Amino acid sequence: MTGLPAFYLAAARQSVIQRFSYRASNYLFMAGMLAEPVIYLIVWSTVARAQGGSVGGYTPGSLAAYYIVWTLVRNMNVVYAPAGFEHRIATGRMSGRLLLPLHPIHYDLAGFGGAKVVWIAQWVPVAAVLVLVFRPEFHFTVVGVLVFLVAIWGAFVIRSLFLWLIGLVTFWTTRASALFELYLVLELLLSGRLVPITLLPQWMQNAAAWFPFEWTFGFPIDAVVTPRSPSVLLTGLGVQALWVGIGSLLLAVVWRRAVRRYTGVGA
Amino acid sequence: MKLALLYLRVQLLNELQYRANFLLRLVHSVLALGSGLVALALVFGQVNRLDGWDAHQLLVLMGVYTMLNGVVQMLVMPNALQLLVEIEEGTLDLVLLKPVDAQLAVSLRATQVWQGLDILTGAGTVVVGLVLAGGVQPAAVPAFLIALVCGGVLVYSFLMSLTISAFWFVKLDNIGELFGGIFQAARWPVGIYPGWLRIGLTFLVPVGVAVTVPAEVLTGKPSGFGLLALAVLAAAALAVTRVLWRRGLRHYSGASA
Repeated sequence: MTGLPAFYLAAARQSVIQRFSYRASNYLFMAGMLAEPVIYLIVWSTVARAQGGSVGGYTPGSLAAYYIVWTLVRNMNVVYAPAGFEHRIATGRMSGRLLLPLHPIHYDLAGFGGAKVVWIAQWVPVAAVLVLVFRPEFHFTVVGVLVFLVAIWGAFVIRSLFLWLIGLVTFWTTRASALFELYLVLELLLSGRLVPITLLPQWMQNAAAWFPFEWTFGFPIDAVVTPRSPSVLLTGLGVQALWVGIGSLLLAVVWRRAVRRYTGVGA
Repeated sequence: MKLALLYLRVQLLNELQYRANFLLRLVHSVLALGSGLVALALVFGQVNRLDGWDAHQLLVLMGVYTMLNGVVQMLVMPNALQLLVEIEEGTLDLVLLKPVDAQLAVSLRATQVWQGLDILTGAGTVVVGLVLAGGVQPAAVPAFLIALVCGGVLVYSFLMSLTISAFWFVKLDNIGELFGGIFQAARWPVGIYPGWLRIGLTFLVPVGVAVTVPAEVLTGKPSGFGLLALAVLAAAALAVTRVLWRRGLRHYSGASA
């Protein structure tokens, strides 16, 4: 194998080996991350029971399924963060990355992509415990599961692209963190991370349609939790592809301008 | 006491040099409060009461949560992180050699003043919640302040104990994420959690009662866990932290030893 695929394979393998040597640290991180969905699950199950067993079509059982799958999708959404750009620029490390033969995003995608493999392996026993404790009701179909398996990687690529875009803002100002926080709040509310999208009021659902957030969070989860027709699911993959396209296009344009602006330490 | 105030004064003067950070914190505070409000609105768009709490009472609870979070981010967390680094690198020696109580010193050295903004926005939220709920019994205010201090002591003791365990485990760099995740549980009244989690959030990781009890006192809700019990729990937690600190120091071998 040659070219880009070979590079991805090698870089991902290296990342797997690195990640695997920090298993304990991974689990500590995962434990902190688990609190969030468990809290949402308990709050919304309480609401569902108060309303006589379901809220917006979700029962406590399907809510449990939603937030258990949530933990995996949340892990898939961990990508290179804009704060890293501040660090790379402040320390002058960006200079070295500009000299690499490939676009630097490939290194981050492959590195984080490889780390996901270790994540998923470590997540399986955690998920098993969650299933025993919270008794989820999934809605598995062949198409749903296949779409899910593709969509979690689509989510990873989309979120990588957009956070890279925000990171590139650091080339103009060294404090992109305020913008990143705004992104995170919008994402929290409009992606299905806080609540399933269908529980939002209509105007918020309309707003969500303008952003990529839903396609990185709610869409993959619902593929295995709520009954959806195959055509809806496949169309969803199409929308993911569209957002990958939009993200790549924006990134290509902004990247070219950003590089021209860049003056590294020692340059 | 004098020493503690002096420590805080130096930190304050240091931080005041960086005013741009104030604006960033302000943005952060407003966004955090805003997303919390939206979450409340979503819940109360579906129901009128959550485990016996109405929207205004939960607003008070959220304010208390924000205030305690401000204390943690301003005072407890920065000191805990610095202590972690020094235990790992062995530079804690420099603190231990000083003629002051070392636990007091490591708890007050590193302050991030701007993070304290959350204390103000939290207090504002509490006031707004109380006004909407139709006022407050004057007698409840001093009781609330006592409960709030106990809550702060509980959270300090928990985070400090966690940090002190680094004397044995050395490397605990994800402690911030772990605590941040668990502390979010306190955003909601401790009563909504199923039995085993409620007990955990009361005794094992006391962040649940640390927020819920002060809010109950202020809104005049009957509490399953009284003010007196909270005070006893806080005193016990402080004592446990003290014992752990002593034992940890005995276990500590320093940079050059």
